[in-house]
Amino acid sequence: MSALKRTRMAMPVQDPERRRSNFSEVALGYTAEMAKEEASRCLDCKNPKCVSGCPVGVDIPGFIKAIVADDMSSAIEVLMRKNNLPAICGRVCPQESQCEAQCILGIKGEPVAIGRLERYTADWNLKQPAKTWTAETVSHKRVAVVGAGPAGLTAAADLAKRGHDVTVFEALHAPGGVLMYGIPEFRLPKAIVQKEIDMIKSLGVKIEVNAVIGKSSSVDELLDDGFDAVFIGTGAGLPNFMGIDGENLNGIYAANEFLTRTNLMKAYDVNYHTPIKIGKRVAVIGAGNVAMDAARTALRLGAEESYIVYRRSEAEMPARHEEIEHAAEEGVKFLLLNSPIAYEGDAAGNLNQMILQRYELGEADASGRRKPIAIHGDTVTMPIDTVVVAIGQGPNPLVPQSTSGLDLTPKGNIVADENTGQTSRPGVFAGGDIVTGAATVILAMGAGKKSAEAIDAFLSNLSSL
Amino acid sequence: MYKITEKKNLGNQIIQIDVHAPSIASKALAGQFIIVRQDEFAERIPLTIADYNREKGTITLVFQAVGFSTQALMTLSEGNTILDVVGPLGMPTEIEQYGTVVCIGGGVGIAPVYPIAKALKAAGNRVIAIIGARNEELLFLEKEMASVSDVCYIATDDGSVGVKGFVTDLLQEVIQKESIDHLWAIGPMVMMKAVSETTRPFNIKTTVSLNPIMVDGTGMCGGCRVQIGTDTKFACVDGPEFDGHLVDFDLAMRRAAVYKEDEKKAVEQHECKCGGAGLCQH
Ligand SMILES: Cc1cc2nc3c(=O)[nH]c(=O)nc-3n(C[C@H](O)[C@H](O)[C@H](O)COP(=O)(O)OP(=O)(O)OC[C@H]3O[C@@H](n4cnc5c(N)ncnc54)[C@H](O)[C@@H]3O)c2cc1C
Ligand SMILES: Cc1cc2nc3c(=O)[nH]c(=O)nc-3n(C[C@H](O)[C@H](O)[C@H](O)COP(=O)(O)OP(=O)(O)OC[C@H]3O[C@@H](n4cnc5c(N)ncnc54)[C@H](O)[C@@H]3O)c2cc1C
Ligand code: SF4
Ligand code: SF4
Ligand code: FES
Repeated sequence: MSALKRTRMAMPVQDPERRRSNFSEVALGYTAEMAKEEASRCLDCKNPKCVSGCPVGVDIPGFIKAIVADDMSSAIEVLMRKNNLPAICGRVCPQESQCEAQCILGIKGEPVAIGRLERYTADWNLKQPAKTWTAETVSHKRVAVVGAGPAGLTAAADLAKRGHDVTVFEALHAPGGVLMYGIPEFRLPKAIVQKEIDMIKSLGVKIEVNAVIGKSSSVDELLDDGFDAVFIGTGAGLPNFMGIDGENLNGIYAANEFLTRTNLMKAYDVNYHTPIKIGKRVAVIGAGNVAMDAARTALRLGAEESYIVYRRSEAEMPARHEEIEHAAEEGVKFLLLNSPIAYEGDAAGNLNQMILQRYELGEADASGRRKPIAIHGDTVTMPIDTVVVAIGQGPNPLVPQSTSGLDLTPKGNIVADENTGQTSRPGVFAGGDIVTGAATVILAMGAGKKSAEAIDAFLSNLSSL
Repeated sequence: MYKITEKKNLGNQIIQIDVHAPSIASKALAGQFIIVRQDEFAERIPLTIADYNREKGTITLVFQAVGFSTQALMTLSEGNTILDVVGPLGMPTEIEQYGTVVCIGGGVGIAPVYPIAKALKAAGNRVIAIIGARNEELLFLEKEMASVSDVCYIATDDGSVGVKGFVTDLLQEVIQKESIDHLWAIGPMVMMKAVSETTRPFNIKTTVSLNPIMVDGTGMCGGCRVQIGTDTKFACVDGPEFDGHLVDFDLAMRRAAVYKEDEKKAVEQHECKCGGAGLCQH
């Protein structure tokens, strides 16, 4: 292997100084030349390890080979056999712990930049005239999909391709789930999400927005109304709070609210009327992807200082590597081994300071990470205008509580078979974050795919009865 | 798209509209609300379902034009459409046969208390209604309230109709005369707080309907959180009705004012740009 090929083609990015004050995409994407050069690094392994690292089993050497051969229509065709939303996965998959983690080139150098090539292929496709699909057979079976996040959209697309009549019910006014309301524009442009959704609609999938299942109607009613099966993909949309003093002061947001106001409601654009309050000094509690997104969003909304406040150390931060790096480049500051124990505000109820408890690291805990231990008496007061709480989320209870005969875990997640999504209720399937707890886009899509297959089998059993 | 089938001006910037939304109308129950997004650029704002007509497939909304979004909504006419309406949201009122109940509506709060009074009456309760406003001009739905209650008292600040004073003054009198099994109060936060303080010494079960700032209305964003006793609750899914004796009203009032400055600016900027809320594109 030549030395040249040990390192991957760098991704062109917007300059940090510029990008920290705009919402345009940070990573700019490969040119055709860059993509071909990077693609030619792939060894086209006989037994490709990378594929085993991809939760949906994309034929990685297959699509990469097509890029090298300048045959982009085959590249996209191979890619989309397993992945309905490649422009999205190419951007947000945690590749370093999935496909790229397994790539053989990673042993002696840098793995093939699979994600970037996937993005390149998908973006090429989005520039082509939209293809129209027609299902080979029409089954006359009706499937209701609850929630238009990656799990629901994938299940819907696969079921439509198999000829079923699919309606997706979405609580918000726009489909997309976290892709639309959570992940910021600068990491995943909404126009791309919209194009992928349009593609799914072109398969004949109907999407009903403003439909809150559990309120507007229930899973039981959908089944009574003539749907033959239901897939539940309602996500993990219930924000956790710490339950500490002052947490309800003005200026303290759950990450979901902060990001929804900015992304879905476009609070950063003066033409849109949803307000957001951003102070000079912003602290984001937590260090996952959600926290990085919030801290970087705060800078773009005009905060002078944006902090990540995390009770462990750098090594334990759960966010994607690239996100942490991008955040640091943009000027996000990291306040590690610290966590708030109380917030204080002025007479009008506006947050103005927080009390931080200092931590040190002890022995490794069950998760293998060193456990943070509070240093007794070591607290400090920090002036702060805005706080974003990003310490994880639980399952939204609207659907679980309103559906009869559905087994739940103690945390309130729906119990579903790992391979089929089958729940305790015949004809009702579930997948994505509502089953696994907050996870990843690709895992949610994988669950949607498996369920689509199982639902298809369930429906053909119905017709043979 | 949801069409406005009827529009009435109730005076004092209070508007009543009927909106064609058959699936919401078929499900709506007293105490629930919807969220509207007028157009692509608008905020999502919650409004109580003041009435519904399942046959016609319409819901009735009554709102006061207090800021940018409600002023823009006011500019719509019969035949115009609203881009998004979602609901019914929130927990419905627990309608039972309690015995003697009191329903208090203050200002624009008369609208949301009306369907509750109506449902309680239909469930066989003796309903005592108390409605209040600053003056006669600002009073509305008084006939409707009278038609669903056994007694209907009116209070105005200036005495232009009914008794001169506050709804709490009338409530004091009712408490002396009657044994009350349950009470609902909807109106400005200060009114609901005053009513809750009035009933507290008498241990009268008091339900109030909170109206914090909301975004999604499904329990996803946490923006609508309110303090009920020692618990933090999400008003959109756990409420909007709560035990008035446990509500932290002062906190709720402070939280409702969080965007006050920004909203004032929005209205001012808007007025200088196009000469009236909602007349321009945005
Ligand atoms: C800020 C943020 C950043 C993230 N970054 C990454 C990343 O970089 N990479 C990655 O892989 N993952 C990331 N994730 C995680 C990833 O987005 C989720 O794991 C994934 O979206 C889960 O998909 P889902 O389809 O299960 O649910 P969701 O995407 O949550 O979609 C659920 C949908 O169901 C709707 N819904 C809920 N209740 C109802 C109801 N009662 N009726 C009708 N509809 C309902 C919701 O409105 C929503 O649209 C991130 C998450 C967040 C919040
Ligand atoms: C469950 C629920 C039901 C509601 N039902 C009705 C109804 O039936 N009729 C009606 O007129 N209003 C109702 N409201 C309140 C209504 O949503 C607000 O008046 C509206 O959002 C204000 O928007 P705006 O842009 O016009 O005003 P803004 O410019 O946002 O606000 C103007 C002023 O009102 C205050 N304010 C803003 N939002 C609220 C709020 N939610 N509660 C209290 N004060 C607020 C602001 O601090 C400001 O001083 C309800 C609210 C909730 C949560
Ligand atoms: S879908 Fe994700 S994990 Fe699979 S190949 Fe693409 S980037 Fe890698
Ligand atoms: S493991 Fe790496 S080199 Fe081998 S096929 Fe996969 S991407 Fe190519
Ligand atoms: S409005 Fe978002 S949680 Fe209630």
